[in-house]
Amino acid sequence: MDHYSIWSLIAQGLKQKPAWKPAWRKAKPKSSYEVIIIGGGGHGLSTAYYLVKNHGIKNVAILEKGPIGLGNTGRNTTTIRSNYFYPESVALYDLSLRLYENLSKELNFNIMFSQRGLLMVAHTPTQMEICNRIANAMILNGVDGELLSARQVLGLIPLWNRRDDARYNCHGGIMQGRGGVARHDAVAWGYARAASNFGVDIIENCMVDDFLLEAGQVVGVNTSKGEIRAERIGIAAAGGTPFLVRKLGQDLPILDYALQAFVTEPIKPCLDVVVLSLGTGTYVLQSDKGEIVFGGGLDRIPTHTQRGNLPTQETVVSGLLEMFPSFGQLKMLRQWAGVVDVVPDSSPIIGPINKPGVYINCGWGTGGFKAIPAGGWLLAHLLAKDEHHYISEPFGLGRFKTGKLIDEATGSGIAH
Amino acid sequence: MQLFECPFCGLRSETEFHFLTEAGKQRPEPAEEVSDEKWADYLYNHKSPRGRTAEIWVHIPCGEFFILERDSITREVFRSIPLKDYEQLK
Repeated sequence: MDHYSIWSLIAQGLKQKPAWKPAWRKAKPKSSYEVIIIGGGGHGLSTAYYLVKNHGIKNVAILEKGPIGLGNTGRNTTTIRSNYFYPESVALYDLSLRLYENLSKELNFNIMFSQRGLLMVAHTPTQMEICNRIANAMILNGVDGELLSARQVLGLIPLWNRRDDARYNCHGGIMQGRGGVARHDAVAWGYARAASNFGVDIIENCMVDDFLLEAGQVVGVNTSKGEIRAERIGIAAAGGTPFLVRKLGQDLPILDYALQAFVTEPIKPCLDVVVLSLGTGTYVLQSDKGEIVFGGGLDRIPTHTQRGNLPTQETVVSGLLEMFPSFGQLKMLRQWAGVVDVVPDSSPIIGPINKPGVYINCGWGTGGFKAIPAGGWLLAHLLAKDEHHYISEPFGLGRFKTGKLIDEATGSGIAH
Repeated sequence: MQLFECPFCGLRSETEFHFLTEAGKQRPEPAEEVSDEKWADYLYNHKSPRGRTAEIWVHIPCGEFFILERDSITREVFRSIPLKDYEQLK
């Protein structure tokens, strides 16, 4: 593997024909592995990486039905934050944020993590009280959260709608300075490159159809490239997970919805924080290329298709124009949708299912990208030790039976 | 924009409708004998089928609850059935 550095860049640049090697091997499947991971998105790739790095398990394959990183990993709006309400959630998402902070160096791959800050804008005194409560929760949970006055917020986002007839005036806000954005493709490629370098087989275009069962135990999978046996199986297939585990007789509390995102033409720098409005539910950021990237709430109709519906587009775009009227001059470049797996309490499901040796990591809903390092870290721990890491313990399927839900939809007011 | 059919009001904009849950779930009874596992299964688990589905929706303006049969992949809508007629159809 090439080591990427300023010196390798200069050396390759001076050659007449640069000779960069492919970042990861195109592997052919072996007949058996110690661990198989189904799903080659961010969570699957990081699981493989941490299986080798933290637990020394190298006989690992990732099975991906298409090319890696093209599901929700390549479709999200790249925001990373840990401003949640419950201690269990903050432990999870802040582990992820801390791992992201060192990831470019660790993977020797520039994921362009920019901790520009995440700003939530409040519009009424009541919403300010909610912000107060969230800020207090964040500080108690050991995460940075700062309450800002209207003046301070408008100093950060001077383009905010200040007209007299504005529906949502700025009343103040709350800032997580360590939050930010990263290049989503680079996260997938960086983990793929590092895992492949460790000897992990990344097998693309390999669709898992069914499980191999012997005496009621899962011993492998049937794929479009033949049978592959494994001692343990990790499933990180987002919206595909319920479909797979139903073949084992396991139902999941998951509904699939479409979530849409939008990008405008690139313009000069005008917005250097990630902004979420509590009133419109629209959030917006400016990418490194200058495009305005924005999105909002879920489509309200369950679906398995990566296509959004028009009424939600109208809501999100009108939310953006209410927040920043000047963006109305911009032309929209692209609009797309991803299928997100939504759990009733808006928290993920990490843990074992009804068959020994099979573990799932799914249900991230609208917020899977920010959790990629933690999701992989925790699923790798389960696969290696057959027991929960203390951080993933509260997120098992058992919580639906005991009623110990981690309800972030009401906790932190996140609309998903 | 899609039009859904309310059995009471006829064709209306999709924004007037709200998805509640999948159709065909039977509430386990009697309550004293229902295990936590059975109850959690009834409360939370979904089949989330790919293709033709039957779901309970409500038309918010008139408050009519009904079954909407549609396709969860193509988004084609097949038909709306008032809840009282659904039991007889099965």
